Amino acid sequence: MRLPERFTLTDAILWTIRIGVLTFVVIGSYLTVSQGLYAQSAWGSFITAGIALGSVYALIALGYTLVYGILFMINFAHGEVFMAGAFTAFFAATALNDIGMLESNLFVSIPAILLTAMVTSLIVAVLLERIAYRPLRRAPRLVPLITAIGASLFLQYTFRGLYGARPRSYPTLEILAGDFVILGMSIPRTRAIVIVAAVLLMVALFWLVERTRTGRSMRAVSEDKDVAAMMGINVDRVIVQTFAIGGVLAGAAGILYTLMFNQVSAHMGFLPGIKAFTAAVLGGIGNIAGAALGGLMLGILEAVGPYLLLAGFGVPSPTQLKDVIAFAVLVLVLVFRPNGILGRQEGT
Amino acid sequence: MQKYMRWSAILVVLMLVIAACQADPGTGGTDGASTPAGESAGTGGGDFECEDEVGCVTYGPGEPIRIGSALVISGPDASLGLDSQYGVQVAIELRGDVAGHEIELDAQDDGCNAEGGTAAARTLTSDPTIVAVIGTSCSSAGVPAAQITSDAGVVMISPSNTAPSLTSEEEHQPFYLRTAHNDTVQGEAMARFVCEELGFTTAATIHDGSPYAEQLQAVFQEQFAELCDGTITGTEAVEPTQTDFNPVLTSLAAGEPEFLYYPIFTAAGALVTQQAREIMPETALAGADGMFSDAFLEAAGDAANGMYLSGPDLEFSGDFYENEFKPAYSEVSGEDAPISVFHAHAFDAANMIFDAIEEVAEVEDDGTIHIGRQALRDALFATSGFEGITGSLTCTETGDCADPSISVSEVVEGAFSRIWP
Amino acid sequence: MVASALRRAVTIGLVAGAAALYVGLVGLVEAFQPRNIVTGYLGLGTVMLGIIAFVAGYRAGAPMRVGRGAVAPLGAGPILAASLLAGAIAGAMLGALVVVMDAVNLQVMLVSASAGLKDALMFTDDAISSALVLVGLSAAIAVVAAALHLLPERIRRPITWSLVTVLLISMLEPIVRVMLVQLDAQWSFLPFGELANFLYLRGGLTLTATIVLLVLVPIVIVGWANRDRLRQRRERREPRDDELIEDIADTTTRPRERRRLTTSQMIWWGLFGLFLVTAPFILGVRLSEVIGTVGLFVLLGLGLNIVVGYAGLLDLGYVAFFAVGSYVTAVLTSPASPAFAPELSFWAALPFVMVAAALIGLMVGFPVLRLRGDYLAIVTLGLGEIARILFLSDWLAPWVGGAQGILRIPPPEPIGRDPQQLYYPIVLFCILAAIAAWSLANSRVGRAWNAMREDEEVAEATGINTTKYKLLAFATGAAFGCIGGAFFAVKIGSVFPHSFDIEVSINALAIVILGGIGSIPGVILGAAVLVGLPELLREFAEYRLLIYGALLVAMMILRPEGLIPNRQRQAELRESEDDDDQYASDAGAETGEPVITTGAAG
Repeated sequence: MRLPERFTLTDAILWTIRIGVLTFVVIGSYLTVSQGLYAQSAWGSFITAGIALGSVYALIALGYTLVYGILFMINFAHGEVFMAGAFTAFFAATALNDIGMLESNLFVSIPAILLTAMVTSLIVAVLLERIAYRPLRRAPRLVPLITAIGASLFLQYTFRGLYGARPRSYPTLEILAGDFVILGMSIPRTRAIVIVAAVLLMVALFWLVERTRTGRSMRAVSEDKDVAAMMGINVDRVIVQTFAIGGVLAGAAGILYTLMFNQVSAHMGFLPGIKAFTAAVLGGIGNIAGAALGGLMLGILEAVGPYLLLAGFGVPSPTQLKDVIAFAVLVLVLVFRPNGILGRQEGT
Repeated sequence: MQKYMRWSAILVVLMLVIAACQADPGTGGTDGASTPAGESAGTGGGDFECEDEVGCVTYGPGEPIRIGSALVISGPDASLGLDSQYGVQVAIELRGDVAGHEIELDAQDDGCNAEGGTAAARTLTSDPTIVAVIGTSCSSAGVPAAQITSDAGVVMISPSNTAPSLTSEEEHQPFYLRTAHNDTVQGEAMARFVCEELGFTTAATIHDGSPYAEQLQAVFQEQFAELCDGTITGTEAVEPTQTDFNPVLTSLAAGEPEFLYYPIFTAAGALVTQQAREIMPETALAGADGMFSDAFLEAAGDAANGMYLSGPDLEFSGDFYENEFKPAYSEVSGEDAPISVFHAHAFDAANMIFDAIEEVAEVEDDGTIHIGRQALRDALFATSGFEGITGSLTCTETGDCADPSISVSEVVEGAFSRIWP
Repeated sequence: MVASALRRAVTIGLVAGAAALYVGLVGLVEAFQPRNIVTGYLGLGTVMLGIIAFVAGYRAGAPMRVGRGAVAPLGAGPILAASLLAGAIAGAMLGALVVVMDAVNLQVMLVSASAGLKDALMFTDDAISSALVLVGLSAAIAVVAAALHLLPERIRRPITWSLVTVLLISMLEPIVRVMLVQLDAQWSFLPFGELANFLYLRGGLTLTATIVLLVLVPIVIVGWANRDRLRQRRERREPRDDELIEDIADTTTRPRERRRLTTSQMIWWGLFGLFLVTAPFILGVRLSEVIGTVGLFVLLGLGLNIVVGYAGLLDLGYVAFFAVGSYVTAVLTSPASPAFAPELSFWAALPFVMVAAALIGLMVGFPVLRLRGDYLAIVTLGLGEIARILFLSDWLAPWVGGAQGILRIPPPEPIGRDPQQLYYPIVLFCILAAIAAWSLANSRVGRAWNAMREDEEVAEATGINTTKYKLLAFATGAAFGCIGGAFFAVKIGSVFPHSFDIEVSINALAIVILGGIGSIPGVILGAAVLVGLPELLREFAEYRLLIYGALLVAMMILRPEGLIPNRQRQAELRESEDDDDQYASDAGAETGEPVITTGAAG
């Protein structure tokens, strides 16, 4: 952020926006709370739903951020990587269900399903890199973006052709129905599992990037490809590894997503993909902690925002405007912090 | 080179001039109705003179009768349109020949939006061998498509347009009919069911931003208030691609409604059903014909049990639907069960067209047939007591043909069972 | 050498086999099989598989690359052996699918492994023998394709062209037949109807027409080539073919540098103008409609080209402008618009559309002023979504109709909604927009945008007010987009929020990129290819977006500078390719070096 020496028109406008937003938030929240539209348990439910969805966004966002950190390109097709895993694992799940293994041998069946999803996503991600992105390493930055958009359409319709157009539903697990009660607050089991699993995966990624040789090579490549190559790092391999890690995380995210919503279709990846992309940018793209934070923020904003801010004003169907709130927050955050919340700011 | 170029240029200029002079009178003017009046289809000839106001379509011996379809067969709504398309294909399959000719289907995509409807309708009406159109899937595509087909004098029957405006006095286009239920009829039926049968006084609604769902729930709200003084505790809107409905349902649950009406489509509908069972277990759930399908039952699983759905009475046709239609459908589509509901309406629409063609076609000795477009239109609008699989169909002056008796079914152990009226 | 040729053949065979399995299992073969190419003999599904085998064979027989840039042709023996191998491998993979499909029901998972696919692949009743037939057929096609390498150019060319022509004429049946039928109705004294019946039967070519075309096309091509040779002999020089092409390219892409047009050029330009004027009546309703749709996307593409191509601001939410243009028109002109219905005429509404465009351009432009690169992309994407959701929302429904949209938008008087007449204002506005874009690019403003795109800091240092020029780019882009939207509204006659989803933005961007970023003829060609072709081949609807996606990827890999590159931009692209560090350092500079970090930075 360039520090202004005097109070310019831009500053005036920025301050007006700050004050306007603050007033809107305060009045909106006050009106909602004072009217007592929602009970406390409802707020609890909004927040846990938001966190659960947010952690899935965060897992997908990590894939965006990792690739961006290394190649400086937006892998627009990452949402489809997520879809590929979840959609393919559906067949593993139904097959297990048909032979009665799903419910009886949970410790065999769940890892099997998870593995199917992760491996499929990994294969799709790596193929994507090999076929679509590798030839474009040195191309101007718009070119890989368009390629990624093309790949996204291609993958959506490929899986639609392979597995059919209609949405499919995972078999439900009795054991996952019902609530856990934690600190007097009840939270649906699926949500709790999703949140815990997402946190574990993120910790694992942290460890991988910070502590392992692979992680060190990845960081080196993201600093400077040429220097890294001179130091004896195989840049191509690191890039493939990055895509593979992103793919595995997306596959896992796919299974967590279906745990909550149990429906899969060829187009299921597009919207979460865009949301995760938003989350990655919100947090500061290229920054792993930022992706996690951005995902959570976005999830909570979507779940809580419309009710807290809009319901009080008597806006009809506030949920419809949840994405308006999410994107408006994104715009505002970037207006004040152009490189995202945790992104490195220029000149500060 | 130069010389050659110059000569060919002059030649092309000449051709263009001739083309412009010749073409103008025939195609000019907004009155498109006169253009497609082609006796242009195929070779047919003889001494036949077409006396139809709009024009005739002629099929020579051995030429198939061509009908078009403009249904959504791509994108996220594809299962809606593909299902209807399969319904038409089943009708063609089971029917065999019509007036001694095979039937050929030219399937176009309406994209479930206005521009797709326009493009599909223009494509079909610009082909003078298309005698009738089945479409569109979505009302937003239907609005421009009805106008274009009517201007061109091609009759169009929609299996799934439900928007009231399409058959309202002011907006109705003369060549447009539909076998789907008008939202006003279906919304009112559901309100009546809730008031009279269930006796509830509070309800909440959800729509998905489609004209269909938005209109249905609006009609329901209106009638619910009117018929039994019911209170609407909340209305919400979702996206058809949304998957997380927990916040929406939590927010609606705050109003403690006895009844939740969400006339949306299979994918989102199944998710709402599952999530609503956990968040508001006491509330009765209900939807409309957009979810009245085996695909929905499969997607929603056990959560669907006890849910109410309004739709056509498919038991009307006796065993025909189960024993003949469904196997043929599987054959045509490769799916084990219908993927949506409007295949039944599409099947009826196709058969209405075939019946009307047989009624108005003038057959010559060599098998050549002539079909008057206006005559076909009039025959369709005169349809009365047509026994289809969605009921007994009678067309009104504004093109509403659906059997007005809407039934409500309850899901019992994973199957529909008719409970009302 | 022979060994490496065979090794290459195995790879090609495997890739071709995978491609064949892909088109089969994704459902393309079954879906396209009913589409006749030669009615009664060949379906499009079979032809697709045949093309795969053909390409595999041709590639397997191609000269080998030896060392840097040098190629060595293979001898006849290796060519035939390699192509036989490649074809047989591809055929064997497909044959294996047939055998597996016969034994197990794959359809539980792969819905397209259906009876229809089996029908298309089984030439006999028995799976094993069908598989063997597939291997043999595939190998035979591959060998025939490879044999082309052994033929001299003047024989090879007519053969390939005759095959391509047959395929094209057959594929374009829906258009050509309707055109012929229409022409027949207008000029009944000419045998257009007879021609249509001679060529086509049930959606495909007749067998006689196929044979006639296969014979006729080579004759025409050989005749043409001889004419060329005669002329060349007369001029006593031997220009190569590519020289000729360059010659033509010069006259079309650089009209300014050649001040004086030759007579023949003037005639051709005049012809082109005359064609533009008479086109709707020659082409008929259907194609006029398609041209109208293409025209709308040309407007969008030209507008987005200003934002992305000239000013270098990546905008993924361009649909917002399109939507605002449509809705402003709808609200102002339609008597059915809720709340506010002044019922202006289209032309009276147009100035308001422009004002709205400027406002929305500034509204989008302001918050994104300080953003660069990918941040800009996601924010504009978000703004586009916001526009769609607001128009859809129950909240604004009392003003803009919500889910029910706005109906009964009157057509622009006195033109009407007939696509043959609506064509004129759309094409007129496209021409105006192209001229405006062209003069902007070559003005002071254009040079400022250039400087800003190449390096913002430097531009600012040289005294360019980047804020002003960025906002100007957004406002101009918005104006084009809004006019496109206004025409969209009157063309369709009703607006619904579902027409304004992100696909429109992606389409517009793809048009700009495919045509060649910063290039006006490129935008026109891009719109014709990406919007026109899918519009014409709508029956392929289910797979339209699949093909579209594959096309985008392939284009970007094979020809990233676009179909008709802007010369200056092309130079820039080459420059950045020469300088290896350019890309990485560029990205780093734009985003504040976002390297992978796990903690909070900065």
